[in-house]
Amino acid sequence: MSEPVTKAKLATVWLDGCSGCHMSFLDMDERLLEVAARAELVYSPLVDRKDFPEIVDITLVEGAVSSEEDLRKIRHIREHTRVLVSLGDCAVAGNVPTMRNPFGVEPVLSRAYDENVTAPAPRPRGVIPVLLQAARPVHAVVPVDVYIPGCPPSAETIHYAVSELLAGRKPELRKLTRFGA
Amino acid sequence: MAGRVLTCQIDGQDVSGLEESTILEVAREHHIRIPTLCHVPGLPEAGACRVCLVEVEGAARLLPACVTRIAEGMKVKTESERLLKYRRMTVEMLFAERNHICSVCVSNGHCDLQWLAQTLGVDHIRFPYRYPALPVDSSHARFVADHNRCVLCLRCVRVCGEIEGAHTWDVMGRGADCLVITDLAQPWGESASCTSCGKCVQVCPTGALSEKGKSAGEMAKQRRFLPYLTLMRGGNHV
Ligand code: SF4
Ligand code: SF4
Ligand code: SF4
Ligand code: FES
Repeated sequence: MSEPVTKAKLATVWLDGCSGCHMSFLDMDERLLEVAARAELVYSPLVDRKDFPEIVDITLVEGAVSSEEDLRKIRHIREHTRVLVSLGDCAVAGNVPTMRNPFGVEPVLSRAYDENVTAPAPRPRGVIPVLLQAARPVHAVVPVDVYIPGCPPSAETIHYAVSELLAGRKPELRKLTRFGA
Repeated sequence: MAGRVLTCQIDGQDVSGLEESTILEVAREHHIRIPTLCHVPGLPEAGACRVCLVEVEGAARLLPACVTRIAEGMKVKTESERLLKYRRMTVEMLFAERNHICSVCVSNGHCDLQWLAQTLGVDHIRFPYRYPALPVDSSHARFVADHNRCVLCLRCVRVCGEIEGAHTWDVMGRGADCLVITDLAQPWGESASCTSCGKCVQVCPTGALSEKGKSAGEMAKQRRFLPYLTLMRGGNHV
């Protein structure tokens, strides 16, 4: 097969997740070479680029939207992405990051900064992103085109989904993955 | 139980059943699949979940197959775009209503709700999640009740009342405030009526009722005892 003239632009983002979905992405192992032959990874925690490109064909999002920083990022990314993909249960359903939602922000901060410390620590101001009242799945704040449930989705699932998307098709994932898979 | 035999049509197929049979019973006897959640073979029906909705010709509304009896000449459709739409919505609302975190749930991989979502192609929840603050009752020596995972199917209420005969479980509150309770909304561990038989735990379709000490994904339920016990009591066991 000859090299496509222009490769698709692929990006991955890491919001409020444990990085497990990115680990699973890396677990594609030698299949990463196959993906690399058809797409260029233009922005990702795995590559050294600070600003999100003007236009990206496919962006995979790991993690829920939990802070003002996450919200700002994902809105910007949505505007500059053709196909936005929620990768993993945190992005798709909120998952573990939303376990704080029934309690509210203050009790959660208090648990971390007052109750579970040997010496009281000052609350962060300015440097650490401010938590939103509730963590939310990505599609609760911007439109999402494709959902890949799983915690994390397997490397096989990610490989299949990315290959289908690169071929311009919508992946049919029902048999491959589910919430909690 | 002798009764008249009625003939009707399900998905274009001619079928027959005893006159007191439900659409679900007749469909299952003829290997026609209708998804269900609150239905469990061997227990009286509750009609609580609405996952089993079917189209009946001439009826203005969709009808729950598990509590609708067949009638002579009835024409039933168990699959359509409209039905799929409603079944998906029902399942999505169940997820949005409480706090389902499958990845860390004791029932991950063994859960009827999770399985329904997968087979119906529910890959995200379109409704806003409610994130209610709900109790977890771990006062019982052997079992845990986690209301975050409860779908109010009332299987626990029915098995405890009808099969074990203890009637420890009941329902309290309406709408969003509805909860299953033990005795008079007392901690399960202090219940005077609970025999600790574990039947409610085994029939619960989700991670709401589990055995103590199970970690994520470890709570697989044993349900084969139920049709046997029901048969022994002379009941229906489809
Ligand atoms: S979905 Fe699971 S693996 Fe992925 S970021 Fe969230 S917790 Fe981690
Ligand atoms: S009860 Fe089922 S759907 Fe709910 S969190 Fe547990 S596994 Fe997921
Ligand atoms: S505790 Fe389980 S069996 Fe009882 S109503 Fe809730 S989901 Fe159903
Ligand atoms: S299975 Fe019929 S209403 Fe639940």
